[in-house]
Amino acid sequence: MIRDHFRTLIVDLATGRGSIANLDGRDAVAGGSGLAAMLFDKYGLPDRPWNDPEQPLIFAIGPLTGYFPLMSKTVCAFKSPYHDQYAESHGGGRSALSLRFADFDALVIRGKAARPSCLSVGSRHLDLRDVHFLWGMDLQKTGKMLRRMYEGAGHRSILRIGPAGENLSAMACINVDTYRHFGRLGCGAVMGAKNLKGIVIMGDGSFPLPEGKAYPELFSDVYRKMTDTDMMEKYHNFGTPVNMAVLNGIRALPIMNLQKTSDPDIEGITGETFARDTLLRNTACAGCPVGCIHLGFVRERFMEENRYLYRQVSYDHEPIFAAGAMLHVTNAFSVLSLLDTVEREGLDVMSAGVSLAWATEALQKGIISTKETIVPLRFGDDAAYSEAFHHLGEASNDFYRLLAQGTMKAAEHYGGVDFASVLGQEMAGYATGEVFFVSQALGFRHSHLDAGGYSWDQKDKDPDVSGAVKFLVQDEQARVLLTSMVSCLFARGVYGDQVLSDCLRSVGYTALADGISAVSRHVQKLRWGTRLRTGFDPRTVSIPKRFLEVETWRGKIDATYLDALKNAYAGAILALAQDE
Amino acid sequence: MRILKTPRMERCIGCHSCSLACARMVHKRLSWDTAGIRIASSGGLTSGFEARTCLACDPAPCVLACPTGAYSQRKGGGVIVKKKLCIQCGECAKACPVDAIYLDSTSEPFVCIHCGRCEPFCPHDCLEMMEIKGVSGEEDAAGEVAP
Repeated sequence: MIRDHFRTLIVDLATGRGSIANLDGRDAVAGGSGLAAMLFDKYGLPDRPWNDPEQPLIFAIGPLTGYFPLMSKTVCAFKSPYHDQYAESHGGGRSALSLRFADFDALVIRGKAARPSCLSVGSRHLDLRDVHFLWGMDLQKTGKMLRRMYEGAGHRSILRIGPAGENLSAMACINVDTYRHFGRLGCGAVMGAKNLKGIVIMGDGSFPLPEGKAYPELFSDVYRKMTDTDMMEKYHNFGTPVNMAVLNGIRALPIMNLQKTSDPDIEGITGETFARDTLLRNTACAGCPVGCIHLGFVRERFMEENRYLYRQVSYDHEPIFAAGAMLHVTNAFSVLSLLDTVEREGLDVMSAGVSLAWATEALQKGIISTKETIVPLRFGDDAAYSEAFHHLGEASNDFYRLLAQGTMKAAEHYGGVDFASVLGQEMAGYATGEVFFVSQALGFRHSHLDAGGYSWDQKDKDPDVSGAVKFLVQDEQARVLLTSMVSCLFARGVYGDQVLSDCLRSVGYTALADGISAVSRHVQKLRWGTRLRTGFDPRTVSIPKRFLEVETWRGKIDATYLDALKNAYAGAILALAQDE
Repeated sequence: MRILKTPRMERCIGCHSCSLACARMVHKRLSWDTAGIRIASSGGLTSGFEARTCLACDPAPCVLACPTGAYSQRKGGGVIVKKKLCIQCGECAKACPVDAIYLDSTSEPFVCIHCGRCEPFCPHDCLEMMEIKGVSGEEDAAGEVAP
């Protein structure tokens, strides 16, 4: 629905009741990332811990959600159990269109339910149901049960947590519609702390469209660009795993806890191998014709008499890097099996895989023993990792409970800080060089998606501190505009400023269309201001020694350059926040 | 005369582009419900997708069920709907054996008119407008949904 305000549903889990807040600010913050920061400033408690019952769990969509292709993502915002600071995590599936058709620009969940519960909302209902019988159940079983308990197959979104979220793991994700996730920084634990096992969003509303031909014609034009050009080929052909062979080829793929950046065995887990041997089919987020979600299969013999079961598992570059390359598991089916295990526990696969890579090296070095790890972890031993992922999700002992709070927390306690592959949180699958390392370590989401630092590294430029920092700041600003709309970042090649402005104008957001540059600058500053108010100080970020030992196609990492970049980027972030 | 068929639904990725196109272009709405074709997961996303759309019955049970003549038989199968004659009783949806008619919250019915405007928006070619043998006629049904 086109409107100049934000229609926000505020739910109090303690009472099971909600209220509608119509909030101003459309032309200032647009939606998505901007709206989420605005809502956290209104409802969040910066000085109280992440698990305070009154801390909000926010889901926000944007002005173009559902109106144009690939405007298909939702921003989840919360105070993170990982660092007790403001955080965002982005997810797709049907969540964005379901919120659109439920007629909410945002959903804000406050309070704590008295019993394990499931919240169901739609354009004409609000319902909080006791689901204590689902507590302790893995993600996949939970999904099956919730599908049976609630109506609306196909036009709803089901968000749920697994044991990791219930155990308040800082690596707990929120699963969205089976194959997508709000993955990083522990939003699953925020649901767990609220006794909230699931959220069902029913997209059962519909809205009139603008009169005239401008909108449908522009839609068709944008749709054609998304589907006809080569621009999206990368995403629907091999998908993001095409990066595995590319990065391995330029010695920029983190392998065996970043001890290596290239290995011939990676051939077994490239995007090409996955497609040839394991790919069953593709699927898509609602509203996206690209269909980048790749589903592979796992086939398991569970009885001697040729009895098999099979499962469908989604794969991408980052999960393959984390559960494959980092653990040196180089068989595609073994990786899929591990991804399936991680999924059941409701863990963020990137943090989970990288944390076990650290644990493996710590065990090898004698810093910890099997008293801590329970199973003898060895690089390449997928059976051991399968058990260990289960222990991590269940928080089986003190070691796994601490590791689930973050690799660095465990390293600070047991030793092994130097070889923790942590850049703000467990690293993403790029060892491209100094700019990426600084970009993730200091970036707003500590994500490879905050800015294209990995791309700058690959341009083979001479060290250029001011140029690189200027690029990171500008690229973040461009991306924050997209995540305020809320577009999938894969569409960034199509949604330039002019196209976004045209899209906004075609559906009636004229003032926003005229002011998108000012909006993106404002939202960038607003987010950083919010983050810093919850305790982030970019000057205190350290990058572990392991990253200085990395060798890429350009040679050894330049420690002086890395340090200069870090200081300059920290200064730029502080300037952005203070300028708010 | 042609009708919309869904011969390759195994290829469907669940993007809902067809439903959104129908709602946008035929019914002038933003919706994945108020459309002549709706996509549902068949028992969770692991089992793929199915399309809820008119199978072009002839005679069509919804035409027989409509008490006010808003529905009439389309030559070659399917229906023509005159919304100005509709009293929103919902009998058409009840009569449809394959749940192809969507009723919104006011019981306004939405059903496929076999105009084919959704077809080009399917990225995997799941949909196809097929010729009905031995039936000729103007494909003007799209205009009939106007109230």
